[in-house]
Amino acid sequence: MSKQAQHWEKTRGLLMVTLAIWFVFSIGIFLFGAEMNEVTGPFGYPLTYWFTCQGSLGIFVILIFWFANRQEKIDEEFGFSERGDD
Amino acid sequence: MIKGNFIDNLPKVYGIYTGGFLAFIIIMAIAEQMGMSAKAIGICFVAFTVAIYAIIGYLSRTAQADAYYVAGRQVPTVFNGMATAADWMSGASFVAMAGGIYFKGYGYMALLVGWTGGYVLVASLLAPYLRKFGCYTVPDFIGTRYGGNLARLLAVIVLTVASFTYVTAQINATGTIASVALDIPFQYAVYVGLVSILLCSMLGGMRGVTWTQVAQYIVLIIAYLLPVFWISNKIGAGFFPHFMLADEVSRIAELEAQFGFVKNSAENLKEVPKGLAGITKAHSAVNATPWAFISLALAMMMGTASLPHVMMRYFTTPSVKAARKSVGWSLFFIFLLYSSAPMLATLSKLALIDPTLPTGIIGKSVSEVQAIDWYQNWNQANLMFISDFNGNGTVELNEFFMGGKAVVLATPEIAGLPYVISGLVAAGGMAAAMSTADGLILAIANALSHDLYYKIIDPKAETAKRLVVARVLLVVIGFAGATIAAMEIQGILGSVIWAFDFAMSGLFFPLVLGVWWKRANREGAIAGMALGLISGAGYLIWVRSGGSGFLGITQLTFGIFGSAVSLVSMVVVSLITSEPNAATQKMVDEVRVPSGKSILGKQH
Repeated sequence: MSKQAQHWEKTRGLLMVTLAIWFVFSIGIFLFGAEMNEVTGPFGYPLTYWFTCQGSLGIFVILIFWFANRQEKIDEEFGFSERGDD
Repeated sequence: MIKGNFIDNLPKVYGIYTGGFLAFIIIMAIAEQMGMSAKAIGICFVAFTVAIYAIIGYLSRTAQADAYYVAGRQVPTVFNGMATAADWMSGASFVAMAGGIYFKGYGYMALLVGWTGGYVLVASLLAPYLRKFGCYTVPDFIGTRYGGNLARLLAVIVLTVASFTYVTAQINATGTIASVALDIPFQYAVYVGLVSILLCSMLGGMRGVTWTQVAQYIVLIIAYLLPVFWISNKIGAGFFPHFMLADEVSRIAELEAQFGFVKNSAENLKEVPKGLAGITKAHSAVNATPWAFISLALAMMMGTASLPHVMMRYFTTPSVKAARKSVGWSLFFIFLLYSSAPMLATLSKLALIDPTLPTGIIGKSVSEVQAIDWYQNWNQANLMFISDFNGNGTVELNEFFMGGKAVVLATPEIAGLPYVISGLVAAGGMAAAMSTADGLILAIANALSHDLYYKIIDPKAETAKRLVVARVLLVVIGFAGATIAAMEIQGILGSVIWAFDFAMSGLFFPLVLGVWWKRANREGAIAGMALGLISGAGYLIWVRSGGSGFLGITQLTFGIFGSAVSLVSMVVVSLITSEPNAATQKMVDEVRVPSGKSILGKQH
């Protein structure tokens, strides 16, 4: 398999993991919104309420930075990263 | 003080700017103590900030195509994040979001999840690849990837339909704020707003818009956070509201149980001025079905990834790597405001309905409430209303009505903050609406000038002529938007949500599959865009004209239907027609690798 095909395969793998995490916190948990809201979440808010105010939103921020770092590692591994440090 | 090139000095430049703005707020506060009138303070805030944006717009003027279309591709990640956040957070986010949460609770919070979750799709599916492509506009990608003028033209049409729906709402918002702050009639205020918007973008294109958007973000985030923290401290709810309002949230639930949600008769509701609503839904309880919540969130997420004014911000970063990181920063800066909106809604609601707080009006006598200064002000502005339906002389929960905008605009005054804060909030709302309007008008004008005029009509046009056309279109589109805004057809938020649905109906799958599915071809993309947009729009018209809809898809989520049609038709048509030629396949391979030259040259 060519270097490029391997790079793409890893990139696709990372996409799947990223989308899976995204799915859980944007769609999955809200299937059980009513049940989850009975539980007390962080800082004492009802759990579902907390996810809609802060939880899911914050997780998305972290997820994007994590994804960007992982993708950079993959690019470096195959020598496809760009020059420059910005 | 400032040496060397502008980009290296950005932190310093915007540091000084932020300091200057804070100093301006303090000066205004002192002026208020010395007797400056509320009206004068409002005018100062709006005029001062708009003047600064206009100066930045003037200083960013340019005659080069790549500076005009993509800010010369040298905007650093963090600053591009701020600019995107301002681009993104519209008048609706700023003025109407907390109000939506206040009135509709959980069902509305789907928008918060959707408008943030969409960025994960932007970062992972699209932005880095479109940056590598090196396009100036979103249709530029469609036109080059799929080839042919028809695909390009369809992309321009979808983009224009979606963005234009959105931009009228933003011009409407600038008009509303300008008319309140400057005390002029709305029909004229709309054009005042428009001129301010054009001052930022006309001379410098994307470069001007970028640097004004960073400035606008700083104003809007200060204007949103300062009152939230101040109110929280003032009513003793906690010094860091985001982590400390659990007691307030449960207190609201307790009061809701105590008062009950009494349903008003249709006859009584006739008395209530148009646009005002009472509290009829639980604040923190789950009050929507899973599908209602998820379908709205999903539509907003896919719409986010298809809206061109957001996507084109990532064309301005220096590299593919920077584009990815920049999406993260964008969402971080958005998160700062979005996570504060529910807190503001909580504080506002508690301040108004808790009888044990001095500001609470529920349980007070009607005549007592009618004598309160802020009640009179906001009643006059048609944003607050009480009526004694049951004739017992006291205000009940179901007898108190408010406009959605009042949560952001009136809460500072209700909590007893000085007027300077209200002036600041007006400036923030103006910044939010202006920055989004600028991004949208530019997206439309650039697509028309670059893709329609230059790529399709006159490919030999010289740069100078292209940029004249771009600027003329900018003004024309601005005026068209303002004219429609002045007619006030749909409320601010309604049209915003439609824009997302239109964008996802026509563009989501043609964009995503263009990168992720090599087999996708021109015929498929054309079918996907055309049928997606037509079926989405058709569904909207059907539901609006009394149709029952199906699968719980409403006029707010019609994009789910449109994009499903788009996906199916794109895949089917691609598979029954021949695969893309070798050159196109090679192009897709190159897009998938960050290093190396972009597909389209620096000047194209």
